[in-house]
Amino acid sequence: MTPEPTPPVSLRGEPRLQLLHISKRYPAVLANEDVSLVVQPGEIHAVLGENGAGKSTLMKVIYGAVKADMGEIMWNGRQVDIPDPAAARALGIGMVFQHFSLFETLTVVENIALSLGGEFDLATLAVKVKEVSQRYGLPLDPLRHVHSLSVGERQRVEIVRCLLQNPQLLILDEPTSVLTPQAVRKLFETLRQLASEGVSILYISHKLDEIRELCERATVMRGGRVTGEADPRQESSASLARMMIGRELPHCEAPLFDGERKPLLEIRSLSREPEDAFGTRLTDIALTVHSGEVVGIAGISGNGQAELLAALSGETPVAREMVHLCGEAVGHRDAGARRDRGLSFVPEERLGRGAVPAMSLADNALLTAHREGLVRHGMRRFAAAREFAQRCIERFDVRCGGSSALARSLSGGNLQKFIVGREIMQTPKVMIVAQPTWGVDVGASAFLRQTLLDLSRSGVGVLVISEELEELFEICDRIAVLAGGRLSPAVPRGQTNAEAIGLAMSGLFAQPTPERAHAA
Amino acid sequence: MIEHLIPILAGTLGAATPLIYAGLGELVAERSGVINLGVEGMMLIGAVAGFAAAVETGGGAGAGFLAGAAAGTFAALCFAVLTLSLAANQSAAGLALTIFGIGLSAFIGQHYVSHSLPGLKPVALPLLSSIPLLGPVFFTQDMGVYLSFVFFGVVWWVLAKTKLGLMLRAVGESPESAHALGFPVFAIRYGAVLFGGAMAGIAGAYLSTVYTPMWVQNMSAGRGWIAVALVVFATWKPGRLLLGAWLFGGVTILQFHAQALGVRVPSQLLSALPYIATIVVLVLISRDRKLLQLNLPASLGKSFVPGR
Amino acid sequence: MLLEPRATPSRWMSYAAPVLAILLTLSVGALLFLALGIDPHEAFHVFFIKPLADANGWSELLLKAAPLILIAQGLAIGFRARIFNIGAEGQLIMGAIFGGGVAIAFPESQSAWLLPAMVLAGALGGALWGAIPALLKTRFNAEETLTTLMLAYVANFILSWLVSDPWRDPAGMNFPQSVMFGDAALFSMLFDGLRLNTSVFITAAAVLLFWLFVSKSFLSYQVTVGGLAPQAARYAGFPASRTVWLSLVLSGLTAGLAGIGEVAGPVGQLNLNISPGYGYAAIIVAWIGRLHPVGIVFSGLLMALIYLGGEAAQMALQTPAAITGIFQGMLLFFLLACDVFIDFRLRKPLEKRRAAALAKKRATA
Repeated sequence: MTPEPTPPVSLRGEPRLQLLHISKRYPAVLANEDVSLVVQPGEIHAVLGENGAGKSTLMKVIYGAVKADMGEIMWNGRQVDIPDPAAARALGIGMVFQHFSLFETLTVVENIALSLGGEFDLATLAVKVKEVSQRYGLPLDPLRHVHSLSVGERQRVEIVRCLLQNPQLLILDEPTSVLTPQAVRKLFETLRQLASEGVSILYISHKLDEIRELCERATVMRGGRVTGEADPRQESSASLARMMIGRELPHCEAPLFDGERKPLLEIRSLSREPEDAFGTRLTDIALTVHSGEVVGIAGISGNGQAELLAALSGETPVAREMVHLCGEAVGHRDAGARRDRGLSFVPEERLGRGAVPAMSLADNALLTAHREGLVRHGMRRFAAAREFAQRCIERFDVRCGGSSALARSLSGGNLQKFIVGREIMQTPKVMIVAQPTWGVDVGASAFLRQTLLDLSRSGVGVLVISEELEELFEICDRIAVLAGGRLSPAVPRGQTNAEAIGLAMSGLFAQPTPERAHAA
Repeated sequence: MIEHLIPILAGTLGAATPLIYAGLGELVAERSGVINLGVEGMMLIGAVAGFAAAVETGGGAGAGFLAGAAAGTFAALCFAVLTLSLAANQSAAGLALTIFGIGLSAFIGQHYVSHSLPGLKPVALPLLSSIPLLGPVFFTQDMGVYLSFVFFGVVWWVLAKTKLGLMLRAVGESPESAHALGFPVFAIRYGAVLFGGAMAGIAGAYLSTVYTPMWVQNMSAGRGWIAVALVVFATWKPGRLLLGAWLFGGVTILQFHAQALGVRVPSQLLSALPYIATIVVLVLISRDRKLLQLNLPASLGKSFVPGR
Repeated sequence: MLLEPRATPSRWMSYAAPVLAILLTLSVGALLFLALGIDPHEAFHVFFIKPLADANGWSELLLKAAPLILIAQGLAIGFRARIFNIGAEGQLIMGAIFGGGVAIAFPESQSAWLLPAMVLAGALGGALWGAIPALLKTRFNAEETLTTLMLAYVANFILSWLVSDPWRDPAGMNFPQSVMFGDAALFSMLFDGLRLNTSVFITAAAVLLFWLFVSKSFLSYQVTVGGLAPQAARYAGFPASRTVWLSLVLSGLTAGLAGIGEVAGPVGQLNLNISPGYGYAAIIVAWIGRLHPVGIVFSGLLMALIYLGGEAAQMALQTPAAITGIFQGMLLFFLLACDVFIDFRLRKPLEKRRAAALAKKRATA
């Protein structure tokens, strides 16, 4: 397979893709307003912007998954209408989604066959998949079921699927959030190889360093509009950040903790078979979180994060001795009982787990904060719940329509502030937070990180599980890595770096021995 | 012994046939992610429509099957508009369809209470029917039974071997992803639900024009529900559905032969056997959560609204 | 796709939907009567006005509404938790068997404790029949939708066996029925010449208790969270199994009470016709009543009126009895359709509006 050669087009100097004045409005938000953008053949073009800037919507417009209200799309110099993804694929546009569009119960080759036209012949296709995956350094077994693949492997499936359609334009939406630093470098090699063959690449990201390393042009978006265009190789991270968020990147203050450092949360050789058929087995996990510190667990989701969190929060109880909270063995207790003993937990999924989407903030306060006098003799105290929600809204700067606003009407960042606030206001001894700033804008992210730091310095033990390495390096005192259901020893931040953490993410770390765990 | 066994086994196949039709239809609908609890209602509507058509046209079971399929499809269309286009709760809409179907079939059926039909004679398939044991059991049956084998083969082949089957499974697992890839999610789900309706309608028509060729109010007697349970028991696989249907056919037939075999249990309690067996079978299969999870269409019962 | 989500659910629509559904059902009903060659005007008069023309009509209305409302209160708790008990009919029958069994065991009793004992036994029977699917669900993960319904068939066969064999009235000409209960085993009449009896007070008390429970208790909140967002309930540490047990045992219990209300009320014995499908109709009652204890009172009265109207029309217009079922099914159908517009609105008109606005903008530019 060779990508479609496009000399006539490039000779004429026609851009591969031109967007002219694209606008798209949703009932509540203006996602894109008057967005224009030009991509040349063989160009690696970044679309840069923070969460909610309208990048994803714009890409969906190009891919035909969303219809723009206004504006034109020019493809190789010709005006085109892209009513659906099939039309986009027919033009030669391929897309690798941020949240993958793969089907877990089907095999790799079945997944790929679904998006290809022509004859339905799985055996021939499997051979082709192997060929392409080898050629671009993306090794894959076509007959594996997708649910048995790692997140990185799934991304390869998506990329190979696009490549089999001879794309002239490849769109990647936040592709590196699921990759180790080493795997990111491999991906960049593949992308550069593709670009040298004439394929244009639209690279969507909010990671400034990556964009400066990979891309030749960048279109910066903010609040649905284009706020600038630049050659990222000529810019500094600070200047790109100014374009992206309109000011300097905020930083967190991490003061020293001068209180007594005592163990609050102890995980002792925790092992567990997954409840879920697609889950990960946890093996011999050991970690201690002390008062006054933030401990981070790095690693890519799907390596046991969900299982570990459920075991720690009590959503799936484990053996009694495996989890100790303030000296008491609580492994066998459920989530409510652990909360009674001073544990707070902020899950990754805000809507539907951390909060009930169709309930008001006052009702959502009751979800975990009923311990704060919101219930008496088994009966609800409505005024108390409203008052609690109101205090939370004010103290944590939650922008919303008051305590009667439905949880689902809040933006990701504001809902996260509410949930974090609700948990902090219950004065926990230990706080566990998963992906604290996932899908949250830069300003709210900084606020949340500072809040967690301040909380730890008040004597609380904070455990953060995150995919974002930058975030962990910013707020954590010690960092461990969860890979394949095993946890590396937690290392003080100053004694490690992204490279070492990246290696550990691929499972390359020594098993913790008691001495080392202690030394850490 | 064998002279007892052959009529029991042959009868088992007949009793299993409505369950195979209805179960296959529900299996396809559920594979697309839509659970239709209206099978019982669609069966009854199919039964009364089939019976009425057979009586009015004099076209026999053939006309009955066509009319049953058409009526079942129409009933499923009401359900599909409600649950797919309007994204209503699938369980509640299915219940509504069943209640409506029981009422509507009784309403239409009252004109036909005193009629009866000749039914279908068994057709011995040349050569095959002379195989010992298998011949009289499998190949000396009526055309309705043979047709159910054909439908079984087609459903199995489509699900396992074709792109259409793959798309159906994909939509059932994640309509969001399927939509993002540009599959016609609604068309596929409509198709699956309507097919389910047609099959339930044929199941009903088989009951009223072949199995007990007359109209009795509520004659499906819970078979629609048993078919829904069978789909779970089958872990959404056609082959296991067939086995499950035969198992239930066997339980149904055994209660008729029980007295002859010297079992001293009141007939009413024997009649409860298929329902108790359904519960037992559900318990046995459901306790293995991982097995269910690996096979369950992940989006089953969830409404899909693009862009939510 | 015709729909797009509303930013916030429409409060107005959640009240308007049942009314709209009733109007739609009546419209289609009118067409149905026309097709039968009956003047819809006359039919509606017979169906909905005439049954309420005298005291006896109102007595019959309350007599039928009481069990419907009682069962629906229990079912609604489960529906809030997305626990679909659709076998209330079986739990009703079991309540009738347990309670009726007490009356049959003490045929000569004149004790004032007989009736309370029957009521307790009935509640126990229904709760027990609800507890089986709860056990199967919590212990073996078996779908309650199917197990409750299957158990309804089983209950019916048990009743059928009892009244045609061990409990058959020897003087009953071989009909499948038990002896008639004595006065001490019956709820007493409230008014002379009317069938309305004291069992309506059970329903009245239940409405009050359920209203308190649903609107004020923390337990009911936990149940509701379990239905709206099961993961959130687990996150908060609200045990899912408790919700299952509560929903199924409670709805079994109310159905069992309704069962004893029938056999110790208008029926007066055990036979095969102790319920005209109250257990199934109550599902619709719960839904149309918005799963709210007060709403259920209104929808229960409406459903009772449909039953009465169906009977009246059968006598006056010779329409088939099945017409009641058609009305019930349609009502639920239309309600589900109307409910959609609480959370969604139609997309088409909006797009047209936007296109119009756009055209205007272009014209002025």
